[in-house]
Amino acid sequence: MSAVENTGGGTVEYIQHHLTNWSVGQGFWTLNLDTILVSLMLGALIVFAGMRVGRNLEVGAPSGFQNFVEMVLEFVDTQVKDSFGKRDNALIAPLALTVLVWVWLMNFMDLIPVDLIPALLHMVGVDYFKVVPTTDLNTTMAMALFVFVLTVYYNIKVKGLVGYIKMFLFHPFGKFLVPVNIVMTAIEELAKPISLGLRLFGNMFAGELVFLLIALLTLGATISASLLIWFPLQVVLDVAWLIFHILVITLQAFIFMVLTIVYLGMAHITEDEH
Amino acid sequence: MNITVTLFAQMIAFIAMIWLVNRFLWAPLSSMMEARRQRIADGLSASERGKHELKLAEERAVQVIKEAKERATELLAQANSRSTEILDEARNNAKAESERVIAGAQAEIGREVERAKQELSKQVSVLAVTGAERILKREVDAKVHEASIADLVARI
Repeated sequence: MSAVENTGGGTVEYIQHHLTNWSVGQGFWTLNLDTILVSLMLGALIVFAGMRVGRNLEVGAPSGFQNFVEMVLEFVDTQVKDSFGKRDNALIAPLALTVLVWVWLMNFMDLIPVDLIPALLHMVGVDYFKVVPTTDLNTTMAMALFVFVLTVYYNIKVKGLVGYIKMFLFHPFGKFLVPVNIVMTAIEELAKPISLGLRLFGNMFAGELVFLLIALLTLGATISASLLIWFPLQVVLDVAWLIFHILVITLQAFIFMVLTIVYLGMAHITEDEH
Repeated sequence: MNITVTLFAQMIAFIAMIWLVNRFLWAPLSSMMEARRQRIADGLSASERGKHELKLAEERAVQVIKEAKERATELLAQANSRSTEILDEARNNAKAESERVIAGAQAEIGREVERAKQELSKQVSVLAVTGAERILKREVDAKVHEASIADLVARI
């Protein structure tokens, strides 16, 4: 596929190439190595940074990186407390922090020039590589589904099994429209994880695609006068989209975190609190 | 782009990440921040307490100084009265002593006078007797009139 960059044709192939995972296995048993590798490396980075900060904690006068980490921590804690109030759950805050930091870092991979890492890896014999784990539906849906599982678990734990079934039967239209209620609530509940996962995936995928389209401007261009127009245009567009995308990745990580907290918070509300 | 087994791998990774973030980032930092909150609260209450104690100590110092002043005044008054007393006493003693000395001297003088008188009367009587003797030698026997002469002498 390396020929694509040189032939000048094949823009479709170029894009498809960039949207293909480095994977092993067939069909359902396909393991996307790039997604797993990058996400694990970013996870390791978080853990390493956490250990480094945690090793020499300064209670009195924190400085530098610790300040930043504390700021993020307090931000997440505020979000959780706003949603949960008195109902304390020790799992929610670390979960929300993980979502925010990990998703943000995975999104951040989007800001690395689209061809840089694939080109470098091409030299060592890896032909396909998708750098951004959140442009892989598997990553976003994995997180969304885990949140969904937790939502169901806490719904049953807090409301009780009967309370949970009651929620399906008598919500949102009262006891006279039970069949409609079941369908409505089921759709509502299922839409939560699906929209949660697809939103992040869609935004990141679209962002990545825009970067690819911008990169297409000079794809296969020969040294000619037209390059004098296209090359500056690509640089300007790239920088503009990059700056905009910093907002997008932060916003998407934040939205994912807030929705996670909100869904889990809703699971903690008992019937009489409605 | 399909949902594959990667989904489950990522889910396991996600769960592991939550555990790791909690273990290495959330737990130590939030407990540290809680400790800091506690320390700040303690410091504030300690300073409040210190301020209160300072106020009490100041009040007590004022009280102590006031008491000391009162005591000093009292002592001064006592000392003054005592010195007056001592002076009076000394004066009285001196007076008494001088009176005693004078009285002694007067008594002595009295005794001296008495003695001189007795001596004198003795001598006068002797002189009188002698004179009388000389006069009466011719007219009266001394032995006969001795009793009246002695009576005379005693009267002198």
